[in-house]
Amino acid sequence: MPVSKTAMQQSDSFLARIHIDGWLLAGLLVLMTIGLFTIYSASGQDMELIKRQVTRLAIALVAMFALAQVPVLFYRNISPFVYGIGIVLLIAVLAIGVTGKGAQRWLDLGVFRFQPSEILKLFVPMTVAWYISKYGMPPSFKRLMVALLIVFIPTILIARQPDLGTSLLIASSGIFALFLAGMSWRIIAMFGVLIGGFTPIMWLFLMKAYQKQRVTTFLNPESDPLGAGYHIIQSKIAIGSGGMTGKGWLQGSQSQLEFLPERHTDFIFAVFSEEFGFLGVIGLLLVYGFILGRGLIIASRCQFLFSKLLAGSITLTFFVYVFVNMGMVSGLLPVVGVPLPLVSYGGTSMVTLMAGFGLLMAISTQKRVMSR
Amino acid sequence: MNQRRQTIRDFTAESNLFLRRCLVSVCLCLALILVVLSNLYSLQVDQFEDYQIRADGNRIKVIPVAPNRGIIYDRNGLIIAENRPVFNLEVSLEQVEDIDQVLSELQQLLSLTPADIARFERNRKRQRRFHPVTLIANMDEDMMALFSAQQHRFDGVAVEASLARYYPYGSALTHVLGYVSKINARDLNLIASWGAQSNYAASKNIGKQGIERYYEERLHGKVGYAHLEVDSKGRTLRVLEQTPPQPGEDLILNIDIELQLYVQSLLSDKKGSVVVSDPTDGGILAMYSSPSYDPNLFVNGISQKDYSKLIENNDRPLLNRAVQGQYPPASLIKPHLALLGLESQTISEKTKIQDKGYYQLEGVEHVWRDWLKRGHGRVDVKHSIEVSCDTFFYELAYKLGIDTLHEYMAQFGFGEHTNIDLLEESDGNLPSRGWKRAKFNQPWYIGDTISVGIGQGYWTATPVQLVDSVNTIINYGVKHRPKILKATIQDDEVIAEALNTAQPIRVLQQRNWDLVKKAMFDTVNEPRGTAFKAFQNTTYASAGKTGTAQLFSVGQDEDVDDLIIADYLKDNAMYLGYAPANDPKLSVIVALENAGGGGSNAAPISRSVMDYWLGETR
Repeated sequence: MPVSKTAMQQSDSFLARIHIDGWLLAGLLVLMTIGLFTIYSASGQDMELIKRQVTRLAIALVAMFALAQVPVLFYRNISPFVYGIGIVLLIAVLAIGVTGKGAQRWLDLGVFRFQPSEILKLFVPMTVAWYISKYGMPPSFKRLMVALLIVFIPTILIARQPDLGTSLLIASSGIFALFLAGMSWRIIAMFGVLIGGFTPIMWLFLMKAYQKQRVTTFLNPESDPLGAGYHIIQSKIAIGSGGMTGKGWLQGSQSQLEFLPERHTDFIFAVFSEEFGFLGVIGLLLVYGFILGRGLIIASRCQFLFSKLLAGSITLTFFVYVFVNMGMVSGLLPVVGVPLPLVSYGGTSMVTLMAGFGLLMAISTQKRVMSR
Repeated sequence: MNQRRQTIRDFTAESNLFLRRCLVSVCLCLALILVVLSNLYSLQVDQFEDYQIRADGNRIKVIPVAPNRGIIYDRNGLIIAENRPVFNLEVSLEQVEDIDQVLSELQQLLSLTPADIARFERNRKRQRRFHPVTLIANMDEDMMALFSAQQHRFDGVAVEASLARYYPYGSALTHVLGYVSKINARDLNLIASWGAQSNYAASKNIGKQGIERYYEERLHGKVGYAHLEVDSKGRTLRVLEQTPPQPGEDLILNIDIELQLYVQSLLSDKKGSVVVSDPTDGGILAMYSSPSYDPNLFVNGISQKDYSKLIENNDRPLLNRAVQGQYPPASLIKPHLALLGLESQTISEKTKIQDKGYYQLEGVEHVWRDWLKRGHGRVDVKHSIEVSCDTFFYELAYKLGIDTLHEYMAQFGFGEHTNIDLLEESDGNLPSRGWKRAKFNQPWYIGDTISVGIGQGYWTATPVQLVDSVNTIINYGVKHRPKILKATIQDDEVIAEALNTAQPIRVLQQRNWDLVKKAMFDTVNEPRGTAFKAFQNTTYASAGKTGTAQLFSVGQDEDVDDLIIADYLKDNAMYLGYAPANDPKLSVIVALENAGGGGSNAAPISRSVMDYWLGETR
């Protein structure tokens, strides 16, 4: 025991020197591996897809590593500026953005298409953390209102694109920062009531037809089994038929025989559940739980308020991804386009997620520096 | 300034508050995880079986597999109806990317006609999803070779082997076997009325006529199922499980195909029918109706042109004259009437009449002519049968009266189907007072009875009824149901059909029956007999009765011989006989339409059949 402890400390210190949190990295790598295996099965053993995903994972890991090297103080200082740039870009998207899949989300930069809403997933919690940490916690009512404004301006802009999933994630990342900052329970209750009142307005004025359809389908998928309900029905069949122990890797009939749509992207959790069963799902949730726990430990350990709030927000938002994705795939929540983090095949959101983990690692390994 | 503010902040309080909130968050997250997990538990553990069934329902398609139709053999085991492999070019629409492109390329390659394409388009609209559509039925070898060489170019197009009914003897057995043909809307209703829809789920054809129709249920067999694994596009990946179909029963018929072919050759240029039966069990050894047609035309769907030819043919080849032809039985029923006269003691074997060439009722002007203008002179009943004296039977009928006559002849089976194993059978007509009242709303006249006495007037009978009735005479009132089916083969075991025997007619005095049979024997063997000429120098002794049925009435003052009679009004020539006379092995009815006298036209054919069967020309 003592020997291994020493070894751990040594390795810890090496990783700390390159600003990497070993536990967190281990958790992420496990998820990525699970993801690669599941994508391989879901895509009908398409090695090309695996190569592309590995490339993406490598880029994301590099991005994480690079961002982990940057002093946290720097992040804090640039927060309000990047936030401002982000808002400008969002407005630009609405004005001159490129349309795809019925939504205007991209800016065409000539070389590549760029989705500004992605970077705001980080800029919003950064800015809220910056704003709160400036004045201390808990925030006063007035500060809270300003902070909420910081959160909801981009949220609404993104919802207008429309991109319900991302705006939801951004809103929650900001609200998590505020919640961790000690936003009073009375105000939380008040918001609960407000959201309750806002829902019908959103339904009537803000939601697009396809979003409404998703909700209707969610409420009663069997009403349209070959149309809008098809995704969710096939997904539930995949999950349910997996049973306790699953059908085995590469053996899921729902995914292998292509009954399940979006198998390797948003609905990959259904493939995983079908092939690895309830026990596999518990295992997967343990990995996610581990990352959640590790993130919150990092957040609570650091002494700098900006770091605490940012780390907490990033971690909880990561969990929201997991919950929303699993919820929608298993029929608990309406289908909003949220991938299963680090397991789903796909680029942009993963790079953002890993960038977030880069910040988390910066915070984790620089806490002593900050406290000095 | 910021720095200063921060320095006065209570970092410990902040840290504690943050920690508390972190804990709340963790609890919240755990709660959400529990919600997700309990939902997954309910899906994967509680409802596992439901979802497993639904997943299998997605992935497994159950395809019915048609059973092989039973094969039909003649009495000597020769195949007379079989299933032959045919090759169809089939298109699986789900696997074809551009159907129009593929069609035009195939059209060029195989020189398909626009009619072929049009038929394909029609089939395509009717076909169920995921079922291949036939483009070309029954490809010939050249076509298969052409296609096989280019197959790689056509995804989703394949040559599929299947079995099709084939009748190797073609038109020789058409009216016996009938044929199978495509199941149509009427057949579907029929199948539904049997409650057999699922059993026919994969079947394409059904028996439409003859034995194929009568024994449809036994020939068809039981449907099987294949459980196929398919993907979301309906492509078959593999066969998971199979319940093989049970083939239909094989049938062995009483028919002797060689005899049948011989009979066909005898009737080649004639219009009429021959039925040969075995008097010991009622088995049908041969049954041919001329003209006939090739039943194979119907199996793959007959063309409109061929069908019109059959329908518009005035000789009506579609008619099975052996069971559907309803002819006046004419003199053929004189033995039957004589038997009735004797058994009812209306006459005795000694009763004689003076035949002057006609019969007249007292006080009635109408004259019923004998076929022999000068009359037969003084004749008794036996003599009257041998020379086919009409006058004797006019008087006998008059004495018997229609009611007695109807009652007895009904026991022979006239006016009702014989129950032969063909659904096409007609009843013929055995007239009665009630029948005439119902049909014409007229009373029965004495004159009607007198015509019936020589098998004319309202009386009509089918050839199979007549051969059945002579069997009843041979067997002293015992009747064996005429039957084409001899045995079936079930699980390689030959199971003989049960005999269906009854005695509808009581024998009062066997002497009377022997007298009638002797009269039929003498008809053939005495020089005065009407069939003597036809049966000279046979190695066996046979018995029989000639018949010549008038199809129109000659005017009272007209002389038949002077008339020029249109072909279709010429007499029907008939002969009903059996051989050998003392131990009958076969009974034969020959009924030729518009052929003239029975003794000279029908009897020789009957003789040829007997010669053949009893070994003279075999």
